[in-house]
Amino acid sequence: MHELYTKLKQYFPLGELIEQRDNLAFITLKQEQLRPVILHLRDKENYTHLVLLTAVDWLEDNIFQLTYLLSNRANATDIGLRVMISRDSASMESIHDIWPTAATYQRELREMFGIDFPDSPRVNDDFILEGWNDIPPYRRDFDTLKYSEQTFSQRPGRETKDPAEHMKQKLYPDGA
Amino acid sequence: MQFEWIQIPYALLTLSIIINFGLLMNAFVAKIGARVGRRVGIPIYQNYIDLIKNYGLRSSITHGVMFYLGPVFRLTGGIGLLMFVPTIYGSVMFSNFSFAGDLILALYFIFFGTLGMALGAGESGHPHAAIGVSRGLSQVTMAELPLALAVFSIALQYNTLSVTEIVAAQQGGVLNWTLFTNPLAVVAAMLSFLGSVMRPPFDVVLAPQEIPIGPPTEYHSSYLALMQTNRVIFPIAKMVIFMNLFFGGADNWPVFFVKIFMIYMFAVFIGVVFPRFRVEQSIRWFLIWAVPIGILAVIVV
Amino acid sequence: MKEELEKRIIKGPDGLEFEVEPLRDYYCEAPPTVMPAAYSKIVEDLFNWARSESIWILGFGTGCGAIEMRPLMTPRFDAYRFGVQWRPTPRQSNLFVISGYLSVKTLKRVIRSYEQMQNPKYVVGLGSCTINGGMYWDSYNTIKRLDQYLPVDLYIAGCMPRPEALLQGFADLKKLIRSGKAEGANEYAEKFEWYKANQKKVINDWDMPDYNW
Repeated sequence: MHELYTKLKQYFPLGELIEQRDNLAFITLKQEQLRPVILHLRDKENYTHLVLLTAVDWLEDNIFQLTYLLSNRANATDIGLRVMISRDSASMESIHDIWPTAATYQRELREMFGIDFPDSPRVNDDFILEGWNDIPPYRRDFDTLKYSEQTFSQRPGRETKDPAEHMKQKLYPDGA
Repeated sequence: MQFEWIQIPYALLTLSIIINFGLLMNAFVAKIGARVGRRVGIPIYQNYIDLIKNYGLRSSITHGVMFYLGPVFRLTGGIGLLMFVPTIYGSVMFSNFSFAGDLILALYFIFFGTLGMALGAGESGHPHAAIGVSRGLSQVTMAELPLALAVFSIALQYNTLSVTEIVAAQQGGVLNWTLFTNPLAVVAAMLSFLGSVMRPPFDVVLAPQEIPIGPPTEYHSSYLALMQTNRVIFPIAKMVIFMNLFFGGADNWPVFFVKIFMIYMFAVFIGVVFPRFRVEQSIRWFLIWAVPIGILAVIVV
Repeated sequence: MKEELEKRIIKGPDGLEFEVEPLRDYYCEAPPTVMPAAYSKIVEDLFNWARSESIWILGFGTGCGAIEMRPLMTPRFDAYRFGVQWRPTPRQSNLFVISGYLSVKTLKRVIRSYEQMQNPKYVVGLGSCTINGGMYWDSYNTIKRLDQYLPVDLYIAGCMPRPEALLQGFADLKKLIRSGKAEGANEYAEKFEWYKANQKKVINDWDMPDYNW
């Protein structure tokens, strides 16, 4: 992994390298470096498979982290490319021309996080939700409990217990 | 044969015996299938309950006139087929309305129900129904060809178009059956029989897994009950013809029940052994295997 | 609403222009009516007995609970011996098993399927999720009370209930049907406005007629 990182570093300005396992590492990138790095990895380094494209909402830092996980099937190693984009009017370049499957991921991210991918096919169509009329539900400032209490009628009489406390009470009633 | 009014109650009696026998036989075959899979299976009287329930549903909707007529046509096909062939040979009570040319009429009735179903299911507007019907029509048409050839063959052989006379010619020992006097025609007809009882390998018309039950998708309540009744009558009526033409007929009810059951089990056995054909495969299969045998049967005679 | 469902003018192949309104043209909009029982009590009892002994389930697994229905067909549980069968089309089914959580998107399909079933029809809610939301109690996308949207005859509690619980549920449902208490379809027709209002409250893009059999 280190070899690959140093090799890549000759061509591209890269962020830090996080080695999770022998065969899994993450590299943080600038937004505009993503496409050339992906193309290089796909065409020169045999990372031909897009495993997934997902997002993390870092609400406190006001950024979205996009993770592009690529896989090299020949030597069974995965490399994750992390791109940080701003949460305000979040938008990212589409990679559906590199891997057509990416369009589906981008549609999902558009619906669940509200991240826009201009020019991605059908990106504005409904993906899972139908007729959603609130802020995208996977954003952390969306309060699912409040939304569900407002939208759906609840059956009265439901109690909620903290599982840890409840089991402690049950197993050790005398507080031992 | 002279028409007499007493024939009508006699024919109704035949019909009721056939319906009861068919309901029990279908449940029995389902039960055998379940036991093979180590299940207990449906109760033997389950088909009666299903019938009562479907007749007893409160609401039903229609998609148009042909939607009504579809099951009626189909039932007419089944009952008509049964009514115009002698059920029990030599019995005045159960000869029904058989007459000199009844073989041709029977051939027509075999196809009649399918056509009615095509019109009715087409009107229901469900895509699965349309797919099922187009599959069904092409397959039944193809399966009909060897049967027609076999029937020509034995009509030439016995020089008659009356089922009663064909049965009469087969009396007096097992070796007089068409099965032994004209084996090629019997083989062709039995292969054709496989194609029209809607059991595997030729059940792609109903194909429960891919086009949920095909033509009857939109049928419910009383319509469905009518079609269930027909599904009971029609195969038996068909098997009555086969029994009469090829297996010496039956001169009393026990022999009748045993022979019908054996003919049905032939299709069931084939069905559990072989996987399902697609339509183009089954058409090719009929063209390659059944039709040449049928032609050969005509030539040999 | 999807584009193909909107009212528009179409030019036919023969050059004639005509107006289509898919929501009106393809479905019937008459609301359901209360269907009276058979006139004679004996006949109705016979029918109720037949209905209870011949339960046809709509093969529509709405949630994770659908996995508990499959073992019922296998030799170990074999629901067929109780007269329970699966039908692939709502037209021929009598029982709708809501198997587990019901997302809003699925609810829309469930309502359409339910309305295509023929009177009398029964609904069984399977698992805690249909009762009070279960483990999806704070989810933004699943309904919490099934009986707000469809008339439920019976709940089977558990997360998930085992196939044995389902068999017991069928036995209880049979008792309900036989005693003539399972009149969900008529209840739906009576309180139609209320049910529709509840359904429309959660389904935001209502792109189907109010009653689509």
